[in-house]
Amino acid sequence: MTVLEKFLSGDQAALARIITFIEDRQEKYREVLARLYPQSGRAVKIGFTGPPGAGKSSLVNSIARLLLARGHRIGIIAVDPTSPFTGGALLGDRIRMVDMPTDGSVYIRSMATRGSSGGLAAATGNVATALDAFGFDFILIETVGVGQVELDIVDTCDTVIVVLVPESGDAIQALKAGLMEIADIFAINKADRPGSENIVAELNMVLELKRNKIEWDLPVIATEAINNKNIDRLLEKIDAHLGYIKTSGLFEKHRREQIKNKLFGVMQFHFNNLIRQEIGRITDLDKVISDIYEGKSDPFTVGESLLKKISGIQPLH
Amino acid sequence: MIEKDALKSLDEKKKNWEKKAEKLRQVKSRPRFITVSGEEVKELYTPEDLKNFDYNEKLGLPGEFPYTRGIHHTMYRSRLWTMRQFSGMGTPRQTNERYHYLLNHGQTGLSVAFDLPTLMGFDSDHVRSLGEVGKCGVAVDTLADMEIIFDGINLGEVSTSMTINAPASILLAMYLAVAEKQGIPFAKLRGTLQNDILKEYIAQKEWIFPPRPSIRLITDMMSFCTDHVPQWNTISISGYHIREAGSTAAQELAFTLADGFAYIEAAIADGQDVDKFATRLSFFFNAHQDFFEEIAKYRAARRIYARRMRDKYKAKDERNWLLRFHTQTAGCSLTAQQPENNIVRTALEALSAVLGGTQSLHTNSMDETMALPSDKAALIALRTQHVIACETGVVNTIDPLAGSYFVESMTDKMEADAEKYLDEIDRRGGVLKCIDEGYFQREIARAAYRYQQEIERGERIIVGINDYLVEDEVITIPILKIDETVEREQVASLRKIKSGRDNDKVKRTLDDLAMAAKGNGNTLKAMLDCVRVYATEGEIVDTLRPIFGEYIEPPII
Amino acid sequence: MSEKIRVLLAKPGLDGHDRGIKVIAAAFRDAGFEVIYTGLRQTPENIVNAAIQEDVDAVGVSILSGAHMTLFPAILNLLKEKKADQIILFGGGIIPDEDVAALEKSGVDKLFTPGATTEETVKYLREAVAKRKRDEKII
Ligand SMILES: Nc1nc2c(ncn2[C@@H]2O[C@H](COP(=O)(O)OP(=O)(O)OP(=O)(O)O)[C@@H](O)[C@H]2O)c(=O)[nH]1
Ligand SMILES: [Mg+2]
Repeated sequence: MTVLEKFLSGDQAALARIITFIEDRQEKYREVLARLYPQSGRAVKIGFTGPPGAGKSSLVNSIARLLLARGHRIGIIAVDPTSPFTGGALLGDRIRMVDMPTDGSVYIRSMATRGSSGGLAAATGNVATALDAFGFDFILIETVGVGQVELDIVDTCDTVIVVLVPESGDAIQALKAGLMEIADIFAINKADRPGSENIVAELNMVLELKRNKIEWDLPVIATEAINNKNIDRLLEKIDAHLGYIKTSGLFEKHRREQIKNKLFGVMQFHFNNLIRQEIGRITDLDKVISDIYEGKSDPFTVGESLLKKISGIQPLH
Repeated sequence: MIEKDALKSLDEKKKNWEKKAEKLRQVKSRPRFITVSGEEVKELYTPEDLKNFDYNEKLGLPGEFPYTRGIHHTMYRSRLWTMRQFSGMGTPRQTNERYHYLLNHGQTGLSVAFDLPTLMGFDSDHVRSLGEVGKCGVAVDTLADMEIIFDGINLGEVSTSMTINAPASILLAMYLAVAEKQGIPFAKLRGTLQNDILKEYIAQKEWIFPPRPSIRLITDMMSFCTDHVPQWNTISISGYHIREAGSTAAQELAFTLADGFAYIEAAIADGQDVDKFATRLSFFFNAHQDFFEEIAKYRAARRIYARRMRDKYKAKDERNWLLRFHTQTAGCSLTAQQPENNIVRTALEALSAVLGGTQSLHTNSMDETMALPSDKAALIALRTQHVIACETGVVNTIDPLAGSYFVESMTDKMEADAEKYLDEIDRRGGVLKCIDEGYFQREIARAAYRYQQEIERGERIIVGINDYLVEDEVITIPILKIDETVEREQVASLRKIKSGRDNDKVKRTLDDLAMAAKGNGNTLKAMLDCVRVYATEGEIVDTLRPIFGEYIEPPII
Repeated sequence: MSEKIRVLLAKPGLDGHDRGIKVIAAAFRDAGFEVIYTGLRQTPENIVNAAIQEDVDAVGVSILSGAHMTLFPAILNLLKEKKADQIILFGGGIIPDEDVAALEKSGVDKLFTPGATTEETVKYLREAVAKRKRDEKII
């Protein structure tokens, strides 16, 4: 039996192998993805983002437990940063997710960003596709906590939860940084700490303006992940948001948008490879560079003519 | 400290000396001259380093503010430090036998080590206890075990130290209940609980509940003891484990003091009078290998504490200004290779603790990196203290290193470094905030990694580890192995207790405890009722867990 | 893309002395490995389950409490039971020589005792992972 066949028969260890294969971009990984893609599309993807230590993992853990209790199967992807200096990474999100059932109803995978800077790893979307194809009902995705906008998450998920804490005091800061644009729901976690009412009120005030412009009411929920407080309310809002995007047609629109981006991404990937390959083939590359260096030519003209030579594509102007 | 003219003439002499030294410096016996904590040490200390040194302000007299020279007027001339060897192993019966042996061999205080299930609040029959029962100390599930441990030992006559933290109140309750049965009034009991939960989050990691409810348990105990067990030392604020986890000396000092001040602030916030509870706080430091750095640490500790207690916490009673401490030699400095060398390491470390003015001392056994100490190794460790006390002459005079240019400079530097950390902790919003954020944990992990790298780069030599190796070493010291039957025996005796007790009473007292915990009742008082009817430690913890929650550490490396 | 070494570090048993495992985690990270740290006091079930889900090359376990003769065999058996014994199991701790010999014979790939350097450990893991062959067909 091949690993893919085992995957299709529901073997979690095979899922784990396939994910490594995709993540490492081993030979033929695109072929694997091409086989899995048609089986995906059913799972709901929920993203959790926010500053370091806000409680993203703890919330993922609590939400996952509620979803499990409803009888759903859950896949979790937790992303942590790769060290730019050593290429190594320390993946610690699982610590918050211990004692999960080991009966196959939940699968957790830690990923390192491996050089990607948008909050997720380059392969996170593909890994989500694998989890989706494997048959999970919900996929919960936690970004690295860098505290700035992590746009990848929007491009991967149906519902995005921005997690903030009372002390961050940087609620407004976060909004300025653009988190308002990506959030569907705000969770003010660690509500057991002083100051949580303030930040909820503050946030609600700022959001009022935006709420007037859209149909979704951008809820703000004060949660206590460690005390399991208000997690049910957070989940209600997730349900509500999913209901809203489905009835309003946003769900489909968003998914089509994601497909478009994916298509572009795939083409871009091939194209980049092509260019890299072709550039490698230019025998007089050194001379071309020298010409530009000495001012005899410029990168714009040379770039365009090289492009034409490679693929016959006419550059746009 | 020294007159101007003398300084001037020294300055001239030094120029000359510098010329000669310059050439010789090209040859170095070591790549860097750093302390165990990685601090650079100067080649030479002279009166210039103590130019503005004010004797009265910095040192004063022993037994007097700021206590740099020691907390007693006569120090070891009147009374030696307490020689307190930590022990406990296997079943309660075996531990009881060891205590009788130690008391008969000149030990002056008892010290109980509990096994890991007991430290973590699991009964011996819990699945998590599998393979751990009686391994690193004695297993205690119910009052019955405590009765056996102290069988034939009059609790009114010994002082007992119990190394227990997260479930400390429960074990204290059991000790009190044993005293009741022996007919000894609580007021006559003397001893110390470690009961320092903050350093568990920071370093030793033996926690049960989250920090805030844990502090509540402690303030409840402090107030109960103030009223009923006045001679009992409620918290032994411990730097030992912080150091073992890899901190530097300054971190050990600062983080430990910060923990101490956090307890003091919590008790004050609870409405308790600092002058009533502070006398019963004591400290517990590590004695590591860097002789002078350690001595500086103890001296600086007393000075910082005295100033804060008097000026910041406004303690009026002078007894509350003095920092009393227990010391244990550094387990992390011992090597499994050539283990006999550990006797020498321990002796030097112990000497630094004595020169630093410790009130009590535990000396490690040479086989500690491999197992619990064998009788022979434990006796050598105790005899090491006897040799220091009787043969070296260091007890003849108080604080003999005072006035040393180097030692006073180190003491000042240690104080300044610790104060810097204390400021940083304040800036971050206090100890609990720092724990939440993993500040301490991160600082310690970094120091530990740096230390390891220094060893691997050969900047630091550890005899038997990266130099002076013995090829194909065969270890010949006897190693004590805990018999695997201990677990079975302990589980059987727990079952017997459970089937013989009045389960209705147990349930009632546990319900009362839950009520107290949810409200404002004194939890120690409620636990005392639970243990009297043989509720198990695990049952008590399980009662509190849903109320208080459970701690999960932030992942920090 | 190259294949990254992924390693799960775990601390089963009740003792909380994580100085050693943290130093190793930092050294592995600095060696370019992806380190999944699962925290203290994990049960053998949790460790093996996580190792399979994370598809790690190796599991490193630190035990200082003396419970090694219970915990290592428990992890080994679970790995076998779940057909995941291609995952390398190594470890460290205060473990007497005779126990080291017995455990290494029963399938623990390598045990490090006090005094081992991080460099040795990194080198060991690189070699052990390189040596291991998977006979599998993905597609
Ligand atoms: N007081 C309080 N602490 C919480 C709460 N939720 C989480 N925490 C604590 O916050 C810390 C960080 O929680 P995580 O869930 O790891 O946060 P995170 O956002 O995933 O962190 P990174 O992945 O490191 O960015 C942990 O110590 C949690 O125990 C809460 O509701 N109240
Ligand atoms: Mg996280």
